[in-house]
Amino acid sequence: MKILLIEDDLEAASYLVKSLKEVGHVAEHASDGELGMTMALDGGYDVLVIDRMLPKKEGLSIIADLRDSGDQTPVLILSALSQVDDRVTGLRAGGDDYLSKPYAFSELLARVEVLSRRRISGESETNYRVGDLEMDRLAHAVKRGDEEIILQPREYRLLEYLMKNAGRVVTRTMLLENVWDYHFDPRTNVIDVHVSRLRSKIDKGFDEQLLQTVRGSGYILKSQKG
Amino acid sequence: MTRIRTLFRMTAVRLSLIYALVFGLFAVVLITYTTLNTTRLLHQQTRQTVNEEIIELSVIFRRGSMARLIRVIERRARAPGASLYLIADTSGRIIAGNVREIEPGILGKTGWTKKPFPYEGFGQADGPVRFAIARVFDLPGGLRALIGRDLGEPDRFRSIARRSLILALAGMVLLGILTWFFVGRRALKRIDSMSGSTKRILAGDLQERLPLSGSGDEFDRMSENLNQLLGRISKLDVGLKQVSDNIAHDLKTPLTRLRNKAEQTLSADPAKNDYRQAMEDIIAESDTLIKTFNALLMIARVEAGSRAGGFSEFNLSNIIQDVHELYEPLAEEAGVEFELSATGSVDINGNRELIGQAIANLVDNAIKYSVEGDEKPHRVSLKISHEDGQLHVVVTDNGLGIPLEDQERVKDRFVRLDKSRSKPGTGLGLSLVDAVARLHDGTLTLRDAKPGLVADFTIPVEIIQK
Repeated sequence: MKILLIEDDLEAASYLVKSLKEVGHVAEHASDGELGMTMALDGGYDVLVIDRMLPKKEGLSIIADLRDSGDQTPVLILSALSQVDDRVTGLRAGGDDYLSKPYAFSELLARVEVLSRRRISGESETNYRVGDLEMDRLAHAVKRGDEEIILQPREYRLLEYLMKNAGRVVTRTMLLENVWDYHFDPRTNVIDVHVSRLRSKIDKGFDEQLLQTVRGSGYILKSQKG
Repeated sequence: MTRIRTLFRMTAVRLSLIYALVFGLFAVVLITYTTLNTTRLLHQQTRQTVNEEIIELSVIFRRGSMARLIRVIERRARAPGASLYLIADTSGRIIAGNVREIEPGILGKTGWTKKPFPYEGFGQADGPVRFAIARVFDLPGGLRALIGRDLGEPDRFRSIARRSLILALAGMVLLGILTWFFVGRRALKRIDSMSGSTKRILAGDLQERLPLSGSGDEFDRMSENLNQLLGRISKLDVGLKQVSDNIAHDLKTPLTRLRNKAEQTLSADPAKNDYRQAMEDIIAESDTLIKTFNALLMIARVEAGSRAGGFSEFNLSNIIQDVHELYEPLAEEAGVEFELSATGSVDINGNRELIGQAIANLVDNAIKYSVEGDEKPHRVSLKISHEDGQLHVVVTDNGLGIPLEDQERVKDRFVRLDKSRSKPGTGLGLSLVDAVARLHDGTLTLRDAKPGLVADFTIPVEIIQK
């Protein structure tokens, strides 16, 4: 995956570029808004990671200009701004996700990977499949092999999100944001309990454990068998 | 000298100058008007007296003869008084009367003289020229008579008026200057002492307060407001110091742990060392740190936040249900009965995110600490109620509770009671809830539930009931 990072903090940027490369992505860096805008317009990136406060051209205005020119590349906004409604402003300007500093690299990585997927498959898919786990989104039905799985509405949404992003790490914060629509750090292990309940419904009694915990990051739903 | 210059620059002084000017002008107009009117009235009276005299004389003339009239006039003319009598023949020679000399032409025309005229009477010392008004009329036989009245008296009145005007003006100016001096000086003194205090405050003594005179005047009111402002500033200042101390202290511990861990891993025998495990631990430790920072930033954001930003109308009942649903599995796993009692559907105007997080924090705490209690079964309840324009979100647990003396303190940043030190957490949860409540003009009140704790999150709302 090709990622453009527009960030004026050189140390943070070089660390991010290096870390992204280490996990197998192509990462390029622009240190100011104008250069970033030019590079982004040249295209070819799967995800843009844009800091809000940049010299020469502000992050939000880059996003707004890109969207105006018809560029729909997913954007993750980074911000150290300290206002409560910054997130809303950022998303309204055309950003797709928002991460405030300080953040953990695993959190950023997970979000970037999920964003890149948004481009390939939309919300429009009616069926998800991971290994022998199937979700029929029209009928709201979940099956593992031949066995019907009964889920609570929230468990269904949790699984739906995991299946949509199958093969990618999703963090607890991402789950809280996308399944519960709250944007704060989940304290203690609230999300873990929900995930482990879901796991007991979809994985218990099966040989292959599809829903796995990634230490230090979050969860991943994947199958070795494809 | 500078003091006097400052005095002139003062608003009070400028105002009193303007007032003195306006009042002076007004006094001049008033006194002039009164004088003019009174003079006119006196002239009128004079004329009336003259007219009456003429009528009287004409009665005498009709009964007697010209000689008798002249005799009467001669007699009257000799009597002391302000009246003027004069009879002249056709050539203008004075035949009888008490006037020795008169401005020529006065006798040339009958009727009232147009304006006061100068004259000279008999037995009159060489004083100033006297003025009079008179009526001239024809007598049979080509004689002409003049009956008039000396204006000495009205003139004296006018000079009295003039003198009183000057006196009044002088008094006013004097009084004005005096008032101006005392009021202005007093105000100046107050301001001087205020700016003195301000200087000391600026120099860093935040405990200093502006002086109050106790009179409750506008200076006092301003000082009171400024003192309140100072109180808030110094409270914030103390808070800031405390917070930075706490941050330094509370972040040092995990950082030291982090460092020790890395060091241990490095110095241990590479063959037996589980690097992976060590790194994962380090990441987990850093994540905790990041969480702490995020929580701190969040509180700062909330405290700096304005009401307008991020406020919207939303359904509080839904939030309560969401939080219940989010924490229900956790509670069950911890062996806590978690009840929800929300009545009806309540829409409020506020920051949905923050209120959601605040309630989540309270529930999180309640579950965490109810487990500690001796009461069985462990129980947590989440309730909303609405009374007197106040919306209460009440989270009650039956855990160990918080001693009365600590109930305020725990809302401060990083304050963790000894018994909770062992639990995971940042010591920032309640601080955030408190900040969120204050952002919504509300309060967070902690009470004893005997046993356990009641956390009452109260915000004033206009509930949009549907």
